[in-house]
Amino acid sequence: MNFSLQLVALGTILRRELNRILRIWGQTLVPPAITMTLYFVIFGNLVGSRIGQMHGFAYIDYIVPGLIMMSVIQNSYGNIVSSFFGSKFGRYVEEMLVSPMPSWVILTGYVLGALARGLMVGAIVLAISFCFTHIQFHHVWVTLSTFVLSAAVFALAGFINAVYAKKFDDIAIVPTFILTPLTYLGGVFYSVELLPPFWRSVSEANPILYMVNAFRYGLLGISDVSLVTAYAVMIGAIVVLGAISLRLLEKGVGLRS
Amino acid sequence: MTVAALEVADLQKTYANGVKALRGVSLAVQPGDFFALLGPNGAGKSTLIGIVSSLVNPSAGAVRIFGHDLARERGTALSLMGLVPQELNFNQFEKPFDIVVNQAGFYGIPRAVARERAEKYLKELQIWDKAQVPSRTLSGGMKRRLMIARAMVHEPRLLILDEPTAGVDIEIRRSMWKFISAINRAGTTVILTTHYLEEAEQLCRNVAIIDKGTIIENTTTKRLIAQLDVETFVLDLAAPMVAAPSVDGVRITRVDDQQIEVEMSRGHDLNSVFATLTQSGIVVTSMRNKANRLEELFVRLVDGAQAPKAGAA
Repeated sequence: MNFSLQLVALGTILRRELNRILRIWGQTLVPPAITMTLYFVIFGNLVGSRIGQMHGFAYIDYIVPGLIMMSVIQNSYGNIVSSFFGSKFGRYVEEMLVSPMPSWVILTGYVLGALARGLMVGAIVLAISFCFTHIQFHHVWVTLSTFVLSAAVFALAGFINAVYAKKFDDIAIVPTFILTPLTYLGGVFYSVELLPPFWRSVSEANPILYMVNAFRYGLLGISDVSLVTAYAVMIGAIVVLGAISLRLLEKGVGLRS
Repeated sequence: MTVAALEVADLQKTYANGVKALRGVSLAVQPGDFFALLGPNGAGKSTLIGIVSSLVNPSAGAVRIFGHDLARERGTALSLMGLVPQELNFNQFEKPFDIVVNQAGFYGIPRAVARERAEKYLKELQIWDKAQVPSRTLSGGMKRRLMIARAMVHEPRLLILDEPTAGVDIEIRRSMWKFISAINRAGTTVILTTHYLEEAEQLCRNVAIIDKGTIIENTTTKRLIAQLDVETFVLDLAAPMVAAPSVDGVRITRVDDQQIEVEMSRGHDLNSVFATLTQSGIVVTSMRNKANRLEELFVRLVDGAQAPKAGAA
């Protein structure tokens, strides 16, 4: 299968993923919009008005980047884990496994689908945030690159989760017990400078902290962490998780008996 | 020398739970053949097909599709093969047209060509009128035909069908036979597993029988049938018969008042039977060969393969 045929196959997976996202828009696009609106109203307006400023910004402006990033991470992860596990559960993953598509095409197709959902949800949440805040893009390229890299990291993590999952419970455990706590402790609602030194050190082991802060730098121009470190963490995670994902696909773990 | 459409050499598979599904299977299917792979449940048919289609990892052995090694030239080998699996394995929420077009895309076929081919095969398999409904609403027979259309959309040189007509009514089964026979005549090599042995007898030129992970017979369908030393004919009578007449070397059994079964060795002439029936005043209105001859032989071969092992134990 030459490269141009591989691109056709890649486009087919991406198109199928986009169709899926739009076909079940009530499950994929609406819930994050409602959840984030509630966050903006409760934490931004009601509670945030009593908190005052953080790093020179109104509290609601401060948390907007983190809330957008939280939506992007959760939705890119959720999209790939449910879509790929669904294809395993319904056995239609076999349509791809019997085809001449190389593993990288399958993986890239699903990751691009997850990025697409992250982008759609991120855009929706950003649009909603304009109803509550007046934020502007401080660094457009940092904002966009952080979005893409963060979504890719969690798309790959979701893919690995889906490969190992044997039942629906297995795809709910990681988002509930790992992803959500990491997100809440990743500096979405606060600056890690507020934490005692020990807990600050603990927080620095959380990769989401770097994503949220890099994204916050892109929108507001402030960050608790070095931008170089943040990019290194994201790119390093993509390389490691991507290599693991490809290896799993090549060996057929969870896919071939 | 012609390169085999499918060649498997010393294929072995032991599952993680220790079950040995294949114990050194070697087989060659020639281009253009219509080949039947028969065996009882759990014999290793689906494992063999799973390995050939890269859905199951082999423990040892090699698979070559038109000379391309599946392990080393996976992409090329798989591009030459189409699979119709035993279990339904398409997204039940997608439409048949999209399922077939997407499958073409996985083989790198441009969308415009894929759409034309999807229309062609869905029409040939008589499910075009259901092309735009959710596939979960299709009947069982339609779902099976959808899987055939999906397997054909990249126009493979080798088509493997794993019990394609299971649970399908006779009318649809015959239309599927017609379609598969036509693509075979057009040059596609076909490998078929089926529980309907009559299907293998009517369609296939060559047959392999697998049992307990081992090939116990691999020959032409004609030669296999020729191994039968007894044939049974069913005769319908014009009027009720009181007692069956006797003929030397022939066993005549009364099925009911107006039907008898005549069992005789191959080569024995039918004239003596008809002469005796005529002398007895019995008028025969119709006669047919009793169906499932292959089934009889199949049971005999499988039983024969098991007998020495049982004796050894």
